[in-house]
Amino acid sequence: MIPAKFDYVRPSSVEEAVSALQQAGEDAKILAGGQSLLPVLRLRMAAPSTVIDLGGIPELKRIGEDDQYVMVGAMATHHEVMRNDLIKQHVELISQATETVADPQVRHRGTLGGALAHADPAGDLGAAALALDAEFVILGSGGTRLVPAAEFFQDYFTTAIGEGEILTMIRFPKYTGWKTHYEKFNRVAQAWSMVAVAVALKVDGGSISEARIGLTNMGNVPIRATGVERALVGQAAGPDVAKAAAEHATEGTSAPSDADAAADYREHLAKVLTGRAVLAAAG
Amino acid sequence: MTEVRVTVDGVNYADDVEPRMLLAQYLRETLGKTGTLIGCDTSNCGACTVSLNGQSVKSCSVLAVQADGAEVTTIEGLARDGTLHPVQEAFRECHGLQCGYCTPGMIMAAVDLLGDNPDPTEQEVREGIEGNLCRCTGYQNIVRAVQSAAKTMKPGAAQPTEQAAPVAGGGN
Repeated sequence: MIPAKFDYVRPSSVEEAVSALQQAGEDAKILAGGQSLLPVLRLRMAAPSTVIDLGGIPELKRIGEDDQYVMVGAMATHHEVMRNDLIKQHVELISQATETVADPQVRHRGTLGGALAHADPAGDLGAAALALDAEFVILGSGGTRLVPAAEFFQDYFTTAIGEGEILTMIRFPKYTGWKTHYEKFNRVAQAWSMVAVAVALKVDGGSISEARIGLTNMGNVPIRATGVERALVGQAAGPDVAKAAAEHATEGTSAPSDADAAADYREHLAKVLTGRAVLAAAG
Repeated sequence: MTEVRVTVDGVNYADDVEPRMLLAQYLRETLGKTGTLIGCDTSNCGACTVSLNGQSVKSCSVLAVQADGAEVTTIEGLARDGTLHPVQEAFRECHGLQCGYCTPGMIMAAVDLLGDNPDPTEQEVREGIEGNLCRCTGYQNIVRAVQSAAKTMKPGAAQPTEQAAPVAGGGN
């Protein structure tokens, strides 16, 4: 359980980190919280030549806001994210999804940016970020670019972060007052999601005026359940409406089959969990 | 080699380590703190849990160099002057262990939980130790032990209050 040898760099600014990344070349790996990377290194499923540790850059941990957005530094830990008042108030879905990640020890180290950049299809934060139209601030030698969530997740463990680039911040439009819920189904307490559903509803005068729904582990990337969203808009959230809308949950999905669940079982789960999540969100 | 300076159980250390050295290895092999156990290769079991700057972490999933400048408390730093920490005492009292392999990690996770939530419900205890596996499946008494420790550690409880610090800093 000992990683292969690597060179270790701990830059103290994002600019230093980008230049370290470019010097180190394509075999370099970025270390955020390390809760996915360290297990992979230990099992020698990866053997990077250089590990660039972002842990020494305080600005990457900042959480702040402006009129429109809540901005979360990529190195904010899950523990910090789930207890942050700005996030609770304006993007509660992120707090709720984060609470379900792994276990307390992992949440003390693991980071929002690290989890999103790792892009495990079973990870909980991608579906929530996608549903909320989060934007990803990515820094490279040419400066900063902003990538919408719909373009960020490209494939299994693959994102829009290019070679020599670093994810520095995730910004979320504010959804103050929205009703949200993250419904997760897994095998045992600390396990990854078999399937999970992220729901955010805007409810005006008893009826749903806007719905945003993301699915975890129903394809190689997080998926937006647009069919369910359309079926909910204009309706009053109740058991019949939720059940009927949830029938659309598998549209556009390509659920994997693995040791945890076969694809058809995942499809069944997606519908059941979507129904539950909509009802729980509507409260 | 990279230099790491760290305080472990109240004692300052400075060592040159390979960057690939895990904190768990550093504690066990360099410092001889074998109270911290390694139980799995997958980060699931939590046997290697220690406190890093006041938060529980799995020391197999942290590099020793990442702990540079940090304060670490291991299971070996909990007891003071031969007196067990209230959580250790509660595990003994409630028979919260069978083979004992998960115990150091369970206790470190429980200490972290009680520091955060001094009066957890049974469900909160179970969630608080979800990062730790007991292969004897002795969870029943582990949960009882944590709840019993919570009672002991409450301000004004019958036990001496100087033991009630959620994480003992070691030393002195």
